This record gives sequence, structure tokens and C-alpha cells, in this order.
Amino acid sequence: MRRLLTLTVALFSMAPVAAIDTGQAFDDPVLQARYEKLISEVRCLKCQNQSIKDSNVFLASDLRREIRRLITEGKTDAEIGDFLVTRYGEFALYRPRTTGKTLILWIAPFLLVLFGGFAMFRVVRHRMSMPIDDDTAITAKEGSSE
Amino acid sequence: MSRYVLPLIAVIALIFFLVIGLQRGDPRALPSPYIGKPAPQFELPTLNDPALMIASKDLEGDFALINVWATWCVGCRSEHPFLMKLARDNSIPIYGINWRDTRPEALRWIEQLGDPYVASGFDETGRVGIDWGVYGAPETFLLNADGIVVHKHLGPLGREAWERDFEPLINAGGATQ
Repeated sequence: MRRLLTLTVALFSMAPVAAIDTGQAFDDPVLQARYEKLISEVRCLKCQNQSIKDSNVFLASDLRREIRRLITEGKTDAEIGDFLVTRYGEFALYRPRTTGKTLILWIAPFLLVLFGGFAMFRVVRHRMSMPIDDDTAITAKEGSSE
Repeated sequence: MSRYVLPLIAVIALIFFLVIGLQRGDPRALPSPYIGKPAPQFELPTLNDPALMIASKDLEGDFALINVWATWCVGCRSEHPFLMKLARDNSIPIYGINWRDTRPEALRWIEQLGDPYVASGFDETGRVGIDWGVYGAPETFLLNADGIVVHKHLGPLGREAWERDFEPLINAGGATQ
């Protein structure tokens, strides 16, 4: 039983590893770290909601190849971001850049928290100003109905 | 009673956004960032003759279609008869980008189904596809005489989309020239 379990776990853990060429792309660990961070932040356009790091569609592997090439050519992360946005639009990046168009994406969460906090504050303050004799009112009611 | 007004407005607003979201059509369809901009430069060996090259400058001077196709692409097969019709009617010069394919299979396709293309570039590595922002074949770009991308169609091209999206643009462009 235990052996079967080990085998099953081993098999299932192999599936995602076998699917994608996650082999070492650069000898330099700094470049390798940059590469892995970059590909985990680029959307696979064909299989949306996956990064190109997690997908083995050929478009994802083509994009990984292009990013490797750009890194080798000494391009900065910003330049590689520009490369992708020119071709596929802002949607290609999981971490949208702060521009006029994407500003709302960055501000909206804070606005929503502020709005929610304000609403909660109003409700709580209203509740606190209500009389605290609820308990007696309820027991009195229950008592009378019985 | 007034305490229900705000939640009601919120719910109606939510429904409004959901309906808009549902009616947007294919959520995978992305707008091309190239619309209104010069088409990306490219140079590829042609499918029929690897020694011949086809490049961006070959398309200039007239409206042109760039059709991204592949033999593994099901939608390409279904749009093929319509491309053949456009070619027969001499509606517009069609250029192909044979994307991520093998030459023997692509040549067999052309031989069996017909060749609507003035020429097809053979993009074996997908490099040009990426430059054009292609993420799924078939995709069809409409370029004007100055080489500006004026429209991009995702998925199989048919008569309906042609008459709705392409013809008005071509007619408007033709009138101003």
C-alpha cells in the first residue's frame, strides 16, 4: 500500500516537470534568475491565465526563446517588457506597467478598500449609537409570546 | 425603505457590468496594438521557393491581406475556400505567413486545396509571427497602401466579416486616394 502511494505521488509530481523545458538556460545564476522571473510574469496569449513559464504551447516556448535571445543581447527588463507590449499589448504582462492606461488597475484596489472601510465605519458608528437594551427587548417579546 | 436603495443600485450596476462582460464575445480576442500603426517589417523565404525572399516592401502600394496560416490549424482549413474566392475575384492581393509549419505539409496543402496567395512567407521558427503579435492562427491583417495595419481579424475569415469589417475600410481608403 505504501509503495503504491509512493509510486502514485512520484508519478503525479513528474507530470508538470516533464511538460516544460525548465532546464538551465543560462550558466550565470544572475541571468538565470532574471530569466525565470521574466517568464513567470509574461502571459501565455494562447493559453490565457498561465504564464509562459508554466505552458508548453509552442507559442510559449517561442516567447521563452525570444526572451532568452533578448537577455543574451544584453537587453534590460524594461526593454524586454517593451518588446512584448509592442507586439501583444499591455495584456501580455502580468505585472502591468504604471502608465495612464493601466493606472486604474493600480489605484482601484486602494480606492475599494477605502470605500469599504468608510462604509464599515458608518455602519459600525450607527450601530454603536443604537440603544443597548436589545436583550431585554427580545426576552420581553419572547416572554409575552409564550 | 431608503436603506434598500443603495444595495439595489449596487446590484443593478453589477448586473449591468456582467451583461456587458457576457456580450463582449470571445474573451480570448485581443485587440492588436498595431492597428493604425505601420506593419512590422519582415523578410522571409517564400514557401514555394526557399531561394526567393518576400519582404514588407513587396506589399506596399495597394491594400493587402496578410493571412497567418498553418496546416495544423483547423480554422485555416475552414476559411480556405473564402480566401480562394477572394483570389479568384481579384478582390485584394493576399499574402500568407505560413506559421510554424513544415514545408512539405504546407506545399501539399497548397497543391490539394489551391493557392490563394500571391506568395507565402515560410516562418518555420515563429519569429515573424511573434513580431506581428500572432497568438493563434488563422489571423488576418488588412494593410493599406502605406503599409499601415487598418484591421485585424481573428479566427476564420468569412463573407460576413469581410463585408462588415474589411470592405468599408477598403472602399473608404480607395476614395481618398
